[in-house]
Amino acid sequence: MNITLRVNGESHDLDLDPRVSLLDALRHHLHLTGTKKGCDHGQCGACTVLLNGRRINACLTLACMHDGDDITTIEGIGADGLTPLQQAFIEHDGFQCGYCTPGQICSAVGMAEELRQGWPSHVTDDLTADPELTRDEIAERMSGNLCRCSCYPGIVNAIRQSLGEQA
Amino acid sequence: MKRHAKIDGPQTDRRLDGMAQGVLGQPLDRPDGPLKVTGRATYAAEVRLDRMVHGVLVRAPRVGTLNGFDTERVRGMAGVLAVLTEGLPRNSAQGAIAKSPPGNEGKAQYVGQPVALVVAETLEQATHAAWTLEVGIMPSIPVINPHAAPTEFPEKKQRDLGDLEAAMAEAAATLDETYHTPTLSSAPMEPHASIAEWDGERLTLHGAYQMLKFNRKQLAEALGIDPSAVRVLAPYVGGGFGSKLGISAEAVGAALAARMLGRPVSVVMHRRQVFEMTTRRSQTQQRIRLAADVDGHLLGIGHDALVSNLPGETFSEPVQQGTDFNYAAPNRKVVHEVARLNLIACGSVRAPGEAVGVTMFEVAMDEMAHRLNLDPVEFRLRNIPDHDPLDGKPFSSNMLAQALTEGAQRFGWRHQPPRSRREGEWWIGTGMSAAVRVNMLTESEARVTLTPEGRAKVETDMTDIGTGTYAILTQIAAEMLGLPVAQVETVLGDTDLPPASGSGGSFGAASSGSSVYLACLEIRSQIAARLGIAEEDLTLKDGHAIHANRTIPLSQILDAPITTEGHVEPGDSGKIARNATYGAHFAEVAVNDVTGETRVRRMLGTYACGRVLNVKTATSQCHGGLIWGIGMALTEELIHDPRDGHAVNRDLAEFHIPVNRDVPDLEVYLLPERDDWANPIQSKGIGELSICGAGASVINAIHAACGVRIRDLPATPDKVLAGLMQIES
Ligand code: FES
Ligand code: FES
Repeated sequence: MNITLRVNGESHDLDLDPRVSLLDALRHHLHLTGTKKGCDHGQCGACTVLLNGRRINACLTLACMHDGDDITTIEGIGADGLTPLQQAFIEHDGFQCGYCTPGQICSAVGMAEELRQGWPSHVTDDLTADPELTRDEIAERMSGNLCRCSCYPGIVNAIRQSLGEQA
Repeated sequence: MKRHAKIDGPQTDRRLDGMAQGVLGQPLDRPDGPLKVTGRATYAAEVRLDRMVHGVLVRAPRVGTLNGFDTERVRGMAGVLAVLTEGLPRNSAQGAIAKSPPGNEGKAQYVGQPVALVVAETLEQATHAAWTLEVGIMPSIPVINPHAAPTEFPEKKQRDLGDLEAAMAEAAATLDETYHTPTLSSAPMEPHASIAEWDGERLTLHGAYQMLKFNRKQLAEALGIDPSAVRVLAPYVGGGFGSKLGISAEAVGAALAARMLGRPVSVVMHRRQVFEMTTRRSQTQQRIRLAADVDGHLLGIGHDALVSNLPGETFSEPVQQGTDFNYAAPNRKVVHEVARLNLIACGSVRAPGEAVGVTMFEVAMDEMAHRLNLDPVEFRLRNIPDHDPLDGKPFSSNMLAQALTEGAQRFGWRHQPPRSRREGEWWIGTGMSAAVRVNMLTESEARVTLTPEGRAKVETDMTDIGTGTYAILTQIAAEMLGLPVAQVETVLGDTDLPPASGSGGSFGAASSGSSVYLACLEIRSQIAARLGIAEEDLTLKDGHAIHANRTIPLSQILDAPITTEGHVEPGDSGKIARNATYGAHFAEVAVNDVTGETRVRRMLGTYACGRVLNVKTATSQCHGGLIWGIGMALTEELIHDPRDGHAVNRDLAEFHIPVNRDVPDLEVYLLPERDDWANPIQSKGIGELSICGAGASVINAIHAACGVRIRDLPATPDKVLAGLMQIES
């Protein structure tokens, strides 16, 4: 199937087997291996990318469903120098092996936008007020991104610091 | 020049304390950080090679004799290049063994065993073909139940000192309880992956492995070639936790297929295959007996364990490793029994032995403290031995008392009877446990080069599986050679470099760190010789040598780079003294009276691991252990179907590792310590200590909160609820 994917601002024309997931299109066909495969089943979040600005699991969707879509991967974040979020991940040791990290960072970027738009989460007490950037809000909203190295304390602190500074 | 050291006794010169650069121990950011946060660190499956094709492994759907595959049909499918049904190992190789993993001898000995590899032009074609391949099996009846299985009692793992039965009969207080832990899985986030490419007779394997010098030999033997023809590359590894110690089917399959096809072959395990085709932590049954006098001094300790593995595997979960020396008692008995089952192979998972052994022992200690009406911290303090209780050896260092006292004070520990605090639906309680883990040194080599411009390079086939090796080896070299860390480059994960210990058993940092230290010591000696002074009198700082009020840049001392090697080997030190690490865990939990759900509200760990090489990466390792403790206590359990043994919940949706919201604020405190017996850098392992007993603090906190004693992990809501109902009825 012929499709066009816009990835990190660049257009790519691809001729793909319809079975190719968006994740495998990125990894195998565009050689953007920053997006990781941890489970291929939407269970771990390692493959998180931004699809037209919203975070999704790239393993759970087929590439051919995204003709013309705008995709941001980790390679598109901080391409001209680390963003404050990436810097904060390093400073707070928000990773060890680093395998879940691109997914964590893409997910955090998507989450920040959801927070900005006032989306409530399971731990938001007041569904009509703007959610606050608390530890629990971050932990709850980041729970779709597993980290077996168990760097959750660093991940939460990194996100809290960098989003707090932006606010 | 090579500097060699065999560690036969205490290394008392503590040279690292006298260095001037001041970077060792500091919370240096990981040098590999920028690559990891931008997605540019390349893991095993991410190497880009021309003409590469994809292989997908096929599992055995049942146990029995292999009886042919319908390869013809599959070979005719689109894109299929090869169907390999011979030569795959039955299971992964065990760690630190230079031998090929066992072959399958024409049998499927457990459900999920890798039995074939299908290779095709694309991953989608290979996946489809692998799903289509029918595996012929003449079924046999699998042995699943450890209680109905043939068992063995490995001689070296039994202990019998004094008379435990008599002690139990005479003691003022006793405990005799049986505990269970389920099968657990490492579940690293990066699935096991290999890309194999041949250049004539030479194989390069890009693999996700922990111990490269062994992996190279294992693979060579599996392929029937000389180890010198094999190069293994693993610069970045997405976690291992034991599951990547020895080579697995994907490495052998990729190498065989690449040789056959003359093209590079990539084989990546599917997540479900990671659970089945790599190793698991054995389920355990543990009978623990304690006998104490009225003052709470232990008179007897008994710890019987029943574990399992496949027939022929030498590894058996060393459940009682910590029981040998944790507490004093004149009468001691350990029975270690291994059941031979048709289940996934067992191997090392983070802190093999103590992770489950210390955890359940520390639950028993809590129960015993209650029977004695003693504060559990005080009960432990009363039973710290002053020498190895088995054979009277001295301890290299025993910091358990300090860890307990410091931890209790920092946590604000107060011993209270169960069910004394409630907030709405929630019972609140605190629990604690001790932590112990054996400490080891293993052979390791490294090469260090210092240039006249003041740049250094560290090279070794050591791995960084998230453990911080890039950071700590950089820091050791910078400290020894007096260089800013930015001037030091560390290159890892390539078997063309000097062979290192590898990452496993918490010995990696201290062993490979010692080899780098030795290589640097040799460089220092050479510089000192050129200045005509003793090495001890030489100060190196910021690229300069300082001596007798003179500051000389390295460029004036060296006219060419110096390259040295360091080589450390374990000697008698570990035999003369008992080497171990110690710590304590404290947890506060809330248990829901209506649902039986447990939430951990805060957790604290104090640990003594000798010299801390990087306080930031060491703390992250401790967080990891505490969080694995939460998982072990509350959610993690790989369930085997009682009929055929297959792992029912073999994915990340059903095998519940802790997620971000399961983890509260954690506090870690590293006690200052130097252990001279350990190695020349006086440093010990930290990656595993923090999981040894962490779960017990949670289980003990559940009891303190609501009065329910869980002896069968994990403490899922159904078990807690049943306990609550029993108390209230
Ligand atoms: S790889 Fe997509 S969620 Fe795990
Ligand atoms: S850093 Fe290793 S899995 Fe998250």
